[in-house]
Amino acid sequence: MLTILFDGIAYGMLLFILACGLTITLGLMNFINLAHGAFAMAGGYITVVLMNSYGVSFYWCLLIAFLAVALAGLVLERLLYRHLYSKPHLDQVLFSVGLVFMSIAGAYYFMGGQQQMIQLPQELSGRFELHGVGIGRYRLFIILVCILLTIALQLLLTKTRFGSQLRAAVDDGRVARGLGINVSMVFALTFAVGSGLAGLGGAMGTEILGLDPNFPLKFMIYFLIVVTVGGTSSITGPFLAALLLGVADVAGKYYVPQIGAFVIYGVMVAVLLLRPHGLFSREGGR
Amino acid sequence: MSGARSEARKLATEQLRRGNAWRLYEVVLWIAAVAAIFLLPSKMLLLTEVAITALFALSLDLVLGYAGIVSLGHAAFFGLGAYAAGLFAKYAVAEPVTGLFAAAAVSGLAGFGASFLVLRGSDLTRLMTTLGIALMLAELANQMAWMTGGADGLSGVTIGPILGVFEFDLWGRTGYVYSLAALFILTFVARHLVNSSFGLSLRAIKANSMRAAMVAIPARNRIIVIYTIAAAYAGIAGALLTHTTSFVSPDVLAFHRSADVLLVLVIGGVGYLYGGIIGAVIFTVLRDWLSVSTPQYWMFWIGLILIAIVLVGRERIARWHTFLPASLQLGIKRFATWRPGVKLKESR
Repeated sequence: MLTILFDGIAYGMLLFILACGLTITLGLMNFINLAHGAFAMAGGYITVVLMNSYGVSFYWCLLIAFLAVALAGLVLERLLYRHLYSKPHLDQVLFSVGLVFMSIAGAYYFMGGQQQMIQLPQELSGRFELHGVGIGRYRLFIILVCILLTIALQLLLTKTRFGSQLRAAVDDGRVARGLGINVSMVFALTFAVGSGLAGLGGAMGTEILGLDPNFPLKFMIYFLIVVTVGGTSSITGPFLAALLLGVADVAGKYYVPQIGAFVIYGVMVAVLLLRPHGLFSREGGR
Repeated sequence: MSGARSEARKLATEQLRRGNAWRLYEVVLWIAAVAAIFLLPSKMLLLTEVAITALFALSLDLVLGYAGIVSLGHAAFFGLGAYAAGLFAKYAVAEPVTGLFAAAAVSGLAGFGASFLVLRGSDLTRLMTTLGIALMLAELANQMAWMTGGADGLSGVTIGPILGVFEFDLWGRTGYVYSLAALFILTFVARHLVNSSFGLSLRAIKANSMRAAMVAIPARNRIIVIYTIAAAYAGIAGALLTHTTSFVSPDVLAFHRSADVLLVLVIGGVGYLYGGIIGAVIFTVLRDWLSVSTPQYWMFWIGLILIAIVLVGRERIARWHTFLPASLQLGIKRFATWRPGVKLKESR
């Protein structure tokens, strides 16, 4: 019982790492980026290739996945996404769905359709017992990384100059520009960090979520749930939403496997019905 | 005072009627579709697919193009109609036209229920709810294997002759005529719908729902009505698929179907009825052609087309004719708007 809770929390934390970049692009910049999962998939494949073909250690792979995907995100933002911020939502949806389809086909072409496997380092595999609760080492690692990341992100957003510039740019881009803030650069950097986090999440999730070319579509709905249910006014909302989702999903699959993912979609629609702006949104927020 | 009012009413009626008049290009399109029965006997299955896709896209157009609701889960109603028709044929009546009505009723009812969810929130919430509904239905179809056959699909569906007279043949000719007839009738109904004052009010809601409310347009009711109708249309499209293939698989509810139909509509142009039909022709032919050369990477091409369309700009593609030489433009305009007995100047 507690083991399931623990696994659920780890799963939720992983979802949070994956989705928190989307929180920013979708929630703050108001850009519907359905292709977020493609970035995560890229991170996963980078890890798989580096570890299996070049023998790079897992920890370096995580860092490289983050940096490489962040760079890819930056390039794509400058080349393509930038033009779409002011377009209607339909265009954004079409564009990002197109990107998802292309990434899926690309993954098939280069990597084949099979599930990818990685060998975790010795110290992260296996599990140990603590007061009767089975704790997977790798899941503990995910939780620790996620907590560190969350704190870092929270500090970055609230305490640094960059954070206040971002918040200003989001609140009113025109005024922020008038104050001398380079809004498009702030957005580009934010987008890069968000995609990089997705890449990191994808790299870490290879072991738990599995990795195959359909990854972006399979998890797109999960990311979207985290963001819409969590609301977009802070990163604590999505964090809690991700935890809830993780626990609910793991518990649901364990206790009532025959219903499957149905519960989650149902809960999501219900939440959106009752609180269209998310579960944890401020009153009067945008 | 009342004279001015009746004058205005007369003008408005006249305008609506003129908007509803048949254009030459429509007539040509339908004649071509009918002629295909005789000219392309080997392509009947492909053409059936075009007709079904066109009807599905038409249904999305009613929602997206006229009411401005972005939907990522329109396949929900398509799939629901397909399953409803399959189950209806298997357990109740094998006659397909009755099945069409049953499927339309089921999907329409679902659309009516879903419309209340769609009314709430912004574009993003709508995307999520429509997507969520489609995923839920797909999950249901997958899990309720005792009824739907699960991942293997619903088999053992035997479709009787249409109206008890026309048997489905092996080459799909009956299927095509049947789908085309359904498409024609439903397009005809949709034409009347969108060219009526009801259709105009939908456009007003799409453009600015607050202003629409100021001129006493009940936005809520109108959206519920159009969403229900569109859902029924999608259900009929799904039912046609079941009837012409005698098989239903969970694929009818898959996400890529919702994305495909968006693409179809965007290729053809959003917000005028023939966009879906023209888009369906282009899309299906393109898919047939590309799948032959690169079967596995068809998705890549869809993605590329989507991105290209967005980056070039949908409006620019819709105005493609403005890049032609002026004389050709005038010719196209004459051709497109020509009606018996009306000169070009007056029709504007």
